[in-house]
Amino acid sequence: MSFDQNAFLIIFTASIISISCGLLGVFMMLRKMSMTGDAISHAVLPGIVIGFFVSGSQRGLEVIIGAGLLGILATLIINWLKNKAKVQLDASIGITFTLLFAIGIILINMLAYKVDLDQECVLYGEIAYLPIDLWITNSGFSMGPRITYLAVLNLVLVSAFIYLLYKELTLTSFDENFGLVIGIPAGAINLALMSMVSYTTVSSFEAVGAILVVALLVVPPATAFLWTKKLTSLIKLTCALGIFIAIAGYYMAYLVDSSIAGMMVAVGGVIFLGSALFKSIKPNFIFGTSTPSKPLEI
Amino acid sequence: MSDFVYFFTFQDSSIAFVVIGITLLGIGSAYVGTYSFLDKKALLGDAISHAVLPGICLGFMLAGEKNPIYIVTGAFLSGALATFLTSWLKSNTRLSDDAIIASILSIFFGFGVVLLTVIQKSGNPEMAGLNQFIFGNAIAILEEDLYIYGGLAVLIIITLTVFKKEFSMLVFNADFGKSIGYPMGAIRLIFNVLMILAVVIGIQAIGVVLMAALLIAPGAAARFWTDKLSKLLLIAGAFSAVSGIMGTYVSFVIPQMPTGPWVVVFLSLFAFASFLFAPKKGVLSRYVARRYYLKKTHQDHLLKAIFHGIEKGKSSFPIEEIYQSFPYRKGETKQSIDNLVKSELLINNQGFIDFTPKGKSEAKRIVRLHRLWELYLNEYMNIAPDHVHDSAEKLEHILTPELEALLENRLNYPKLDPHQETIPRDNDEL
Repeated sequence: MSFDQNAFLIIFTASIISISCGLLGVFMMLRKMSMTGDAISHAVLPGIVIGFFVSGSQRGLEVIIGAGLLGILATLIINWLKNKAKVQLDASIGITFTLLFAIGIILINMLAYKVDLDQECVLYGEIAYLPIDLWITNSGFSMGPRITYLAVLNLVLVSAFIYLLYKELTLTSFDENFGLVIGIPAGAINLALMSMVSYTTVSSFEAVGAILVVALLVVPPATAFLWTKKLTSLIKLTCALGIFIAIAGYYMAYLVDSSIAGMMVAVGGVIFLGSALFKSIKPNFIFGTSTPSKPLEI
Repeated sequence: MSDFVYFFTFQDSSIAFVVIGITLLGIGSAYVGTYSFLDKKALLGDAISHAVLPGICLGFMLAGEKNPIYIVTGAFLSGALATFLTSWLKSNTRLSDDAIIASILSIFFGFGVVLLTVIQKSGNPEMAGLNQFIFGNAIAILEEDLYIYGGLAVLIIITLTVFKKEFSMLVFNADFGKSIGYPMGAIRLIFNVLMILAVVIGIQAIGVVLMAALLIAPGAAARFWTDKLSKLLLIAGAFSAVSGIMGTYVSFVIPQMPTGPWVVVFLSLFAFASFLFAPKKGVLSRYVARRYYLKKTHQDHLLKAIFHGIEKGKSSFPIEEIYQSFPYRKGETKQSIDNLVKSELLINNQGFIDFTPKGKSEAKRIVRLHRLWELYLNEYMNIAPDHVHDSAEKLEHILTPELEALLENRLNYPKLDPHQETIPRDNDEL
């Protein structure tokens, strides 16, 4: 197979997106907040639509700001329902994201003739069009695909965020109360993580769609978690899985002629279920009994 | 307006079918959802509703058209697979619940999207009908669909009503059910089947993404109005049916509008209204009750402070001195004094505060309750006299006259409390 520049660009962008999502997803999973990630990725929809409507294009900064605000709003509503209204957590998540998502869909339908945004694009995304969506400078010079730049920028920000706040994130993920006692603002860290998740959701939704972002947030970390107990190797494995999913997903999608993002998730799902099966069967027929589990090392 | 009349007089038999359909499925999913909400498994419904997408697509591919039987069967099977995988992963891996549910949800949805794009590229003209399953379109419910979806909804409602005892045992105390010999495994299986069925019939009208709302929101909203299971189910069903009909009406008036989002918006309105305004449990009424209680305790403390002063032999109470005995709470104290003066418990005589006869007996009552409780704790609970004050400080505001009489009787109308202070009675001199 000869070198295909478009294929390379798509795989490269998809890998970058899945690494950013995976990095955040590891911490979401450790905090038992995977469903909150799911909720945020649904809830940013109205923000995207409003930002889209205000700026008139999907390139505007308004889209990112709108979605970021909505993501934080969703987190706040969930917390309010849980703490103030005393609704149980799973129900507060379910009610919040369905309401915001429904509002988003209604807005899309109302503004359908004014903005170039349809619900399928938001839901599934289409990374295959990436090579023709170029960033063209004012002088008319083409700088390459726009979404790739967005994805790289996102990865840089996410990595910087995690690198700078690594200690705080780790501590509050494993023992929030201890973190609070030694003076780490756990609430602020949490909100910052949620903002990063919403920003990542927005910057990725064009490529992989709002719902499949969840898969990239959740599935690679969950798969890696089955294989390792160390946080650093968890992160490394998650990134490796992200890249593998991007490559395998692209070629599988090419083979059956389907959505690349969907196929990436399907590949991830197969790896996840395979790992779960392998890990759950192994102790029984090799060792006879299951090995005692060690406490989670950091 | 003419639309409104046209819609709600059911001149068009297809509208009548749609309304019957959405009411039945709303009630059915609200019933199932309420149980799963009580079981604290609300998000499983979300996972199932995303997970039926690949089944719908496979059913469509096999039938080659939008055949309800193929689609319902396909959706049911993939929902069942998702439910099975969720519980299998839970017992065989160390992943947390939320990670499992989020993974299953997104993996199945990913498969669904793959199949959907494959169908899209195959160029089947019936494809347009399939998109309705994503966001739902109740208007597209036809008569023959109604027999299947409506029939299944009725089946769900009947099963849940007939086996109410078994299912409430399942969600409230499954271990108890097991210990008295009920086959809890089988009951859970049936319950899961009903839940999947509820999702499957709902997707036509609400769509896979938002179906979770129809399962979660009615139960969560109704929970704020009642503590009784039978009432809970009725209220949840009513919320769900009413929002279903309202959502259908909107998508009837505005043709390109999908039904699902509007149903969810109305349902969420009901839910948020319940969270805020429901009597007793709503945020607002709890806030009001808390404010009232804080006000009352402060007034009680104020009366008590004056009473203690009289006990120590003070004769006059300048208002400034009272302010100082509640440091940093001058505004609140002033408010309390004003209220007490207004309710004729205190009189403000040119900056000097004094009891009215009514106020004195109220103050005596509070101090009496406090000291009675201290004595009770000391005598019956064997708590040391220096440890009884804090509890009495709380209970003096809550003890009812009946409890007071009971305490008096039990302690044989005592004269002194554990700190050797007099327990004041109404006809005492002070």
